[in-house]
Amino acid sequence: MIPITWYLLLSAVLFLIGVLGFFLKRNIIALLLSVEIMLNAVNLTFVAFSSQQSQISGQIFVFFVLVVAAAEAAVGLALVIAMFRNRESLNVDRSNLLKW
Amino acid sequence: MIEYLTSRNFIILIIKIVVIFGGVMNVVGLLSWVERKMMARVQMRPGPTRVGPFGLLQPFADLLKFVFKEDVIPTNANTLLYIAAPIVSLVPAFLSFAVVPFGPELQVTDLSVGLLFIFAVTSLGVYGIALGGWASNSKYPLMGAMRSAAQMISYELSLTLSVVGVLMIANTLSLRELVISQQGTWLSVIPRWNIFLQPVAFVVYVISGTAETNRLPFDLAESEQELVAGWHTEYSSMKFLMFMMAEYANMIAVSSVATVLFLGGWNGPMFGPPLLQMILPTVWFVIKVGAFIFFYVLLRSTIPRFRYDQLMKFGWKVLLPLSLANIVVTSFIVAIS
Amino acid sequence: MIQLLFIFFAALAVGSAINVLIQKHVLYSALSLILMLTAMSVLFILLRADFLAVINVIVYAGAIMVLFTFVIMLLNLPADEDGADRLRWLKFIGIPLGLFLLFLIAVTLWNVEPLRTAQTPMVGSPQAIGKSLFNDYLLPFEATSLLILIALVGAVVFAKKDL
Repeated sequence: MIPITWYLLLSAVLFLIGVLGFFLKRNIIALLLSVEIMLNAVNLTFVAFSSQQSQISGQIFVFFVLVVAAAEAAVGLALVIAMFRNRESLNVDRSNLLKW
Repeated sequence: MIEYLTSRNFIILIIKIVVIFGGVMNVVGLLSWVERKMMARVQMRPGPTRVGPFGLLQPFADLLKFVFKEDVIPTNANTLLYIAAPIVSLVPAFLSFAVVPFGPELQVTDLSVGLLFIFAVTSLGVYGIALGGWASNSKYPLMGAMRSAAQMISYELSLTLSVVGVLMIANTLSLRELVISQQGTWLSVIPRWNIFLQPVAFVVYVISGTAETNRLPFDLAESEQELVAGWHTEYSSMKFLMFMMAEYANMIAVSSVATVLFLGGWNGPMFGPPLLQMILPTVWFVIKVGAFIFFYVLLRSTIPRFRYDQLMKFGWKVLLPLSLANIVVTSFIVAIS
Repeated sequence: MIQLLFIFFAALAVGSAINVLIQKHVLYSALSLILMLTAMSVLFILLRADFLAVINVIVYAGAIMVLFTFVIMLLNLPADEDGADRLRWLKFIGIPLGLFLLFLIAVTLWNVEPLRTAQTPMVGSPQAIGKSLFNDYLLPFEATSLLILIALVGAVVFAKKDL
């Protein structure tokens, strides 16, 4: 058997990689991909705990996280397309009109 | 672990995998001959006749030609994705056969979510086409790939939803249970197949399956008259052969799943000595899959091609509401009875 | 045997996640993410959540990532531009701090008392998920359908050229 700590540690590593990607990348689509990595790490945590506690609610929550991730990816990419039409560039540093 | 690797179960598993994989490879080659002969007969010409009796060795001749052709990679093509695209297209096509029951004992593995596994693997096949078109760095492949990928993901919806009616009746996702639930007959003459219970779902599934595998009348992505050859324009020799094998394997996979879901799989009248009875279910399965393939090739020879906007309208505005309505009606009937 | 599978697919997941960050062209990042999603599906299967594993592939790797791939291919950008890179020093502070956070989490996990494992093992079969989803969690289920409708309308409105 695999102790659950291994799964939690793996999930922490993946979440960390997602957070690092979110802070260090400048391409908007790469930011969205890092958010997806973070959501997947959280999914793994939920499923690991659901398997260890023998309760199905962990997996139901993963279901909802999946749905929300799909909705957010769709709207995020539509925003990216709209932004690209205005600026011709996907660098987040160029979107600084609200800066003082 | 060594005890498992040398145990009887593992060796039987390996033998099953080799038999099924080898069988599918051979049938893919045979299918190209069947298609050429049938299309030729419909068009009142003989088809391949020179190589072997009735032209039966034509697939081997084609294979030799493909192997010896020069392998050209365009200069500005993205080399890694260009080489990876045929592989990404071929692997899901063959992976679907891991859960199809060819007979009572002839199934590589019986997953409890077998049907969803097939849909998961089919949805990964979209990437082979999208990457192949994009990596070729040329306008016809890109247009063909985008059109084809959009068509495949649109028809995946009605494909998956049309099957839900069958699932509600059989109450299981495992393909072996689906076949077993269709045993027996009504009034001892009509077999208990799902096609009689779900005719609308059957029609929607066959049409969506044709669109999923990019066959005529839905094959504008590789139409010879508009785009030179669609997403596999820039591919030559073995990579093109892999794309073609992926298309034929996908066709056989869709036919096999339609047989399992709607035509009762390997069920059929059993007669004869016990030795014959061992192979008779597989014979029935092959006959049913053969009927589907015959229908697909006939469809290719006779019906003209859809235009792109007609195709998208048909997928979203006709097939999707039809499969949803089928789900609603079936759920009412199942809940009442 | 199961440990070998876990280690292999965990390494694959972490490797492809790191590859998402390293690649210059965003299409390679998206493809690495697809690889990571399939590795996660195998990890779900090891945790006996087979329905969720297959749903992960169908929804995430088969639909959401196709959306990402389409947008990347249609926007057709060159490799990452290197413009005013005043944040170059951020990598050298961020990564060590991240590793420190990981060290903190690992120490916490090791020093906490082991969680009690429940007695009867559970399989995440479709029947179990369906029973729970349509009885206890019916309201969130219907709410997600409304959420998807909102996302659909929002995506179409945002991506239109002229309203």
